[in-house]
Amino acid sequence: MLRYIRNRILISLPTVLAVTLVVFLMLQLVPGDPAEIFLGEHFSTPQLLAEVRHQMGLDRPLYIQYLDFLWKALHGDLGRSLQTNVPVLEQIKNAFPSTLELTVAAMGISILIGVLLGVISALRHNTWVDSFSMFLALLGVSMPVYWFGLLCIFFFSVKLHWLPAIGGGDFKHLIMPASVLGLLNSSMLARMIRSSMLEVLNEDYVRTARAKGLHNRVVVMKHALRNALIPSVTVLGLQFGSMMGGAVLTETIFTRMGLGKLYVDSIMNKDLPMVQGITLIIAISYILINIAVDISYSYLDPRIRYE
Amino acid sequence: MNNVSIPNKTANPERVKPLKLERSRSLWSDSLYRLSRNPGSIIGVIILLTLILMAISAPLITHFNPIAITPEDRLLPPSAVHLMGTDNFGRDTFTRVVFGGRISLSVGIISVFVALLFGVPMGLISGYYGGKLDSVIMRVVDVMLAFPGILLALVIIAILGPSIFNVMIAVGISAIPTYARVTRSSVLKTKEEMFIYAAILMGCKTRRIILSHILPNILGPVVVISTLGIGGAIISGSALSFLGLGATAPTPEWGLLLSDGRNYLAQAWWITTFPGMAIMITVLSINLIGDGLRDALDPKMINR
Repeated sequence: MLRYIRNRILISLPTVLAVTLVVFLMLQLVPGDPAEIFLGEHFSTPQLLAEVRHQMGLDRPLYIQYLDFLWKALHGDLGRSLQTNVPVLEQIKNAFPSTLELTVAAMGISILIGVLLGVISALRHNTWVDSFSMFLALLGVSMPVYWFGLLCIFFFSVKLHWLPAIGGGDFKHLIMPASVLGLLNSSMLARMIRSSMLEVLNEDYVRTARAKGLHNRVVVMKHALRNALIPSVTVLGLQFGSMMGGAVLTETIFTRMGLGKLYVDSIMNKDLPMVQGITLIIAISYILINIAVDISYSYLDPRIRYE
Repeated sequence: MNNVSIPNKTANPERVKPLKLERSRSLWSDSLYRLSRNPGSIIGVIILLTLILMAISAPLITHFNPIAITPEDRLLPPSAVHLMGTDNFGRDTFTRVVFGGRISLSVGIISVFVALLFGVPMGLISGYYGGKLDSVIMRVVDVMLAFPGILLALVIIAILGPSIFNVMIAVGISAIPTYARVTRSSVLKTKEEMFIYAAILMGCKTRRIILSHILPNILGPVVVISTLGIGGAIISGSALSFLGLGATAPTPEWGLLLSDGRNYLAQAWWITTFPGMAIMITVLSINLIGDGLRDALDPKMINR
C-alpha cells in the first residue's frame, strides 16, 4: 500500500512541474510586452521600459526566469496583483474559504441526490420510476448551471423572497448556490451509480444473500450498495473538476467573492499575475485531489493495486 | 470464346433478389437500424433538425432585426407579435434566440472539429506506436487534464483574449484530451485484432494500416463522444460568453442574451428564460442522439 502511494505521488511530479511551466509560459504567450502593460501606453519611454524590464527580471534568459518563478512559487511568492498591488497569494487565501464552502456543500448535495436517484432507478429498473429519474439526470446534464441559477434566483428571491439572491457569508446565502451546483452535478453520479448498481445486483453473492432469506433492505444496503459505490469513487475526482468550473459560473451569478469570481475578474482586467496564481493553485489542488481519489480507490478495492 | 455472353445483372431478377436479402448489414447500417428503433433518439433527431432548420432560415421565420434598437418597444412581455417578448433595447427576443442558434450551433460543431483534428491523430499515433512517443503524448494530455472542467478554456481565453472565434478554439482545445484518450484506448484494443496482423504480414504500409484498417474500426466511440461533445461545447461556449469572455455586445449569442437579461430578472423574466431554454433543448436533443448512438454502436450496453 505504501509503495503504491509513493509511486502514485512520484508519477504526478512531472505533471506538477509541467503545469508550473505552462503557467509560467502564459506570461510569454500573452501578446504584448508585460513591462509595457505594467507601465501603460502613455508613460513608456525606451529608457523607462528598459528599467522596468530589468526590475521585473525580463531581460534575463527564459530558463533563469522560470527557475526564479518556481523558486518564488515554492516559497509562497506568486507576485503582486497588477490591479490592487496586494500579494496574489493573500488574495487567493481570502477568496479560498468561500469557494471551499461552496464546493464541499455542493459535493454533499450531489452525492446525496446522485446516490438516491441512482439506487432508486436501479431497483426499479425499466419502470417509469427509472425512466423518470434518468430523464431528470439527462436534464441535469443538458441544463446550463448559469441558467438554472438565474431561474432559482427568479423564483426563490424575486418571487417568493425566501432566500437572498446575491452575496455570501452565512448559511442562508449558501443554500441556493450550493443546491444549484450540487443538483446539476448529481446527474453524472446518478447515471454511474445506477449502472454499477445494476451490475452488482446481478452478481452471485447478491443472489446468495437473497437465497438465504435476508431482508431485501439488508441485501440492497449492505451487499449491493457498498460494492456499487466503489467504482463511483473514481468519478469524485472528475466531479471536483466540474465543481471548480461550475464554481466560476455559480460565484458569478450569485456574486460570491470566491476564487472563481476572482479568476474571471482577473482575466477581464488582464491581471496576469493573479490569473497565473489562481491557475496554478487550482491545477495543483486538482492533481492532489486526484491522487487522493486514486489512493482511496486502491484502499477500497485492493485488486487495483496489483494491476 | 467471344460468343460467351457475360451474365447480365438484369437478366435474371429472381436470382438476384434472394442474394440481396442474405447480404449481412454492416456495423453502421445495423447501428442506424437500432438507432431508428430508439424513441429518445428519434425525438432528439427531430428536435435538432428543426432547430438547425430554424437557424438556417432565420430571416424567413421572423421579420424583426436581431440587432436594431427600437426603444419604444422596450421590455414588452411575450405576446402574439413578440412571441418571447422584447429586451431592454426593444429587440425581439424570439428573433435573437433564433439568430443565436446559428452562433451556438457553429460553436458546438467547430470546437468539436478542432478537438477531433488534434485529438484523433494524437490518439492514433500514441496507441499504434506506443513506447516513448506514447508516453510523451500521454504526458501532454495529463498536463491538459490538470486544468479541470471549463478552466482550460478559461486559461486559453486569458492568453488569446476574449472573442467568439477564440471561444471556439479554446473550447475545442480543452476537449482534445478526451478525444486523444478515447481514440488511444480503442486503437490499443483494435491493433491486437487478427486482421491487423494479417495486414502487417501482407506487407501493408503503416500509414495504410492506421488509416484504412484501424481508423474505420475505432470510429464508433469517436462518433459517440463527438456527438455528446457538441452539446458540451455549446454549454461551455455560451458559459464563456455569459462570463463576458466570448461574444461581444450586439451579437445575439445565447450566453450573452442570458447575461444581458440578468439585470432585468425582476421586471422581464422572458429575456433570460427563453435563451436558456433554447440552450437546454438543443443540448438535450444532442444528448438524446448521443445516448442512442452509444447504445446502437455498442449492443452490450443496451438496457444499462
